[in-house]
Amino acid sequence: MSVAAQGVGAEKARFDPARALKEAGLAAFVAFMLFLPMMGFRLVGAEGRLGLEYRPQWVVIGVVTVFFGHLLVSFLRAMRGAPVRPAGRVGPVARYVNTHAKWFALAGIALAFALPFTPFANRYVVDVATTVLIYVMLGWGLNIVVGLAGLLDLGYVAFYAVGAYSYALFAQWFGLGFWEALPIAGVLAATFGILLGFPVLRLRGDYLAIVTLGFGEIIRIILLNWYPVTRGPDGLSGIPRPTFFGLVFTRRPAEGEVAFHQFFEISYSGLHRVIFLYYLILLLALLTNWFVLRIRRLPVGRAWEALREDEIASKALGINPTNTKLTAFALGAMFGGFAGSFFATRQGFISPESFTFIESATILAIVVLGGMGSQIGVVLAAAVIVILPELGREFEQFRMLLFGAAMVGIMVWRPRGLLASREPTIRLHARSAGERSP
Amino acid sequence: MYYFLQQLINGLTLGAMYGLIAIGYSMVYGIIGMINFAHGEIYMIGAFISIISFLLLGVLGITWVPLALLLVLILAMIFTATYGWAVERLAYRPLRGSFRLAPLISAIGMSIFLQNYVQILQGANVKPLPPQVTGGYVLGTDGGFTVQISNIQIIIMLLTVVLMVIFSTIIAKTPLGRAQRACEQDLGMAALCGVNVDRTISLTFVMGAALAAVAGLMATLYYGVIDFFIGFLAGIKAFTAAVLGGIGSIPGAMLGGLLLGLVEAFWSGYFTTEYKDVAAFGILVIVLIFLPTGLLGKPEIEKV
Repeated sequence: MSVAAQGVGAEKARFDPARALKEAGLAAFVAFMLFLPMMGFRLVGAEGRLGLEYRPQWVVIGVVTVFFGHLLVSFLRAMRGAPVRPAGRVGPVARYVNTHAKWFALAGIALAFALPFTPFANRYVVDVATTVLIYVMLGWGLNIVVGLAGLLDLGYVAFYAVGAYSYALFAQWFGLGFWEALPIAGVLAATFGILLGFPVLRLRGDYLAIVTLGFGEIIRIILLNWYPVTRGPDGLSGIPRPTFFGLVFTRRPAEGEVAFHQFFEISYSGLHRVIFLYYLILLLALLTNWFVLRIRRLPVGRAWEALREDEIASKALGINPTNTKLTAFALGAMFGGFAGSFFATRQGFISPESFTFIESATILAIVVLGGMGSQIGVVLAAAVIVILPELGREFEQFRMLLFGAAMVGIMVWRPRGLLASREPTIRLHARSAGERSP
Repeated sequence: MYYFLQQLINGLTLGAMYGLIAIGYSMVYGIIGMINFAHGEIYMIGAFISIISFLLLGVLGITWVPLALLLVLILAMIFTATYGWAVERLAYRPLRGSFRLAPLISAIGMSIFLQNYVQILQGANVKPLPPQVTGGYVLGTDGGFTVQISNIQIIIMLLTVVLMVIFSTIIAKTPLGRAQRACEQDLGMAALCGVNVDRTISLTFVMGAALAAVAGLMATLYYGVIDFFIGFLAGIKAFTAAVLGGIGSIPGAMLGGLLLGLVEAFWSGYFTTEYKDVAAFGILVIVLIFLPTGLLGKPEIEKV
């Protein structure tokens, strides 16, 4: 494998027009083969007979773009020399952010707390910020599993779904409120994590990925088909809203309830509940973060990172890999369950639609994009992934296309993510912040 | 008994398709040790190219079914193989030597990209193809229940057998197959011995994609409808099949595919269709627990 990698780095030759033309021609030919069937023809008329529509101009445009794009890239590469950054090297920005993580974190938290009271805050802004925070929390939860323990979980959304449905069902059947149901939802999600993890955590990384993916699909299929309980594709609605120490957020509270605006003797505003939900998820997310930061310093946290780096060496040191991985899996699942409960209470309506594989992929993309194991990176990545599509609503159609391309692109150019942080948390000889070579 | 026989036929047909896709997973995993998550999308693209080719041949006036089938088969294999090659070149080759999860994440990105690429270019609605091959044979009747095998099912099974023979010959007898087997054992050593590793890996992707294209063509003929989302489920199922048979082993992939197809057919036939996917994944988990290397896989020893 390293043989191939060296071959790529060695291209530092001067710009050779003949060779560049030949390569661009080859690329254009491949592009022609790719575009001819898929772009050149379009299947039209779903009902009755299917017909073909011809779009040769698209193929021509595509091929010409690839040809000149390839020429341009090889020209630029020759001008600047081949990129010499070895895979896995941490960039200067990332290093700066990582060494000053404390200040960035404090500033971020202060900003997050002040957000609803800044002049530009309106319902929409707070709503989007709440969504970002849900993803931040999910990202931090998954970071335990993927970033710290190094287990690839492609079915994280299953635990999110378990949390959401357990709150919705407990509320429906036993009349539990959000605060009573929250710990139950977390415990249930963790139980599912253990049930799944116990048999499969002995497997190798890639197998684990597929089994978790299958598990996510199983949960979704069950939610979709177990109609008497989950109401299948119709979903569960009328999920109760959370209360603020017993105060409800309605204009006219029911008999025996006191509303928030009555208690504080302020006029009613629909914004109160939105802001309350925002602070709620902010606190839940910060709790997750605080927990993760603390547990990283405990023996079990250190064991996760040791396992991630070298399983055999950890075994030799007496770490039980299955149990250690199981704790990571269960804790990650628990935070997913908390986030799911919050999601249910915020939306008031849940259906299996919200818990598809693409959601798992998004959360994973946030963790990977942010740099696995980096807590600040997750925040940055969650903000980018949630806010970018909001900005470009007219690009809705191309959203997922760009999302997929970005995942590939980031892996190719920055395999360690935006803010990679895989430095050992403990060193034998204290040195200035250096970086590990891969 | 007749009901059983009918489910057996359906299961074998389904299994043949899973097996053909599974071979692509298994070969790639055997050589570079990564899950080519985008392989399901390659199968979906194969199905789209097949349907487009059918319509194009119809426009050109080639309507004699055996000739049309052959031409579509060749076109689908060639064009889909280009997709397989391009995916490897763009998304996986730059990542060789990167950290372990990088290619898998890149593959997930590629899978999302290809799905949306097809959705944008071809539209999200379901594409129906009028039946091209009709007719079949009745094998027996039992009190109103007839067991039949359709011509499409016969074609699918025969084609699978033929492809398996060709394929095994390539692996066992040709220089390419020898290079592939060498790469499977040790990439670095193979490169030192003069095997062009990059080219071998590219050709592996091309072969896997060509087989997935055949499966796509079969699905188009068999079900008569396709859409841009079929690759996801088929992809995970085929991977399940590859793991079931022992990943890295080509006869294992076919065996796993057939078993999975049978499990699904019998589950749908005797229990419920809603939970057939749950049954398939359940089998995967059970197999991995008791036989971590699959049915025909070689035990893998992890070394420091």
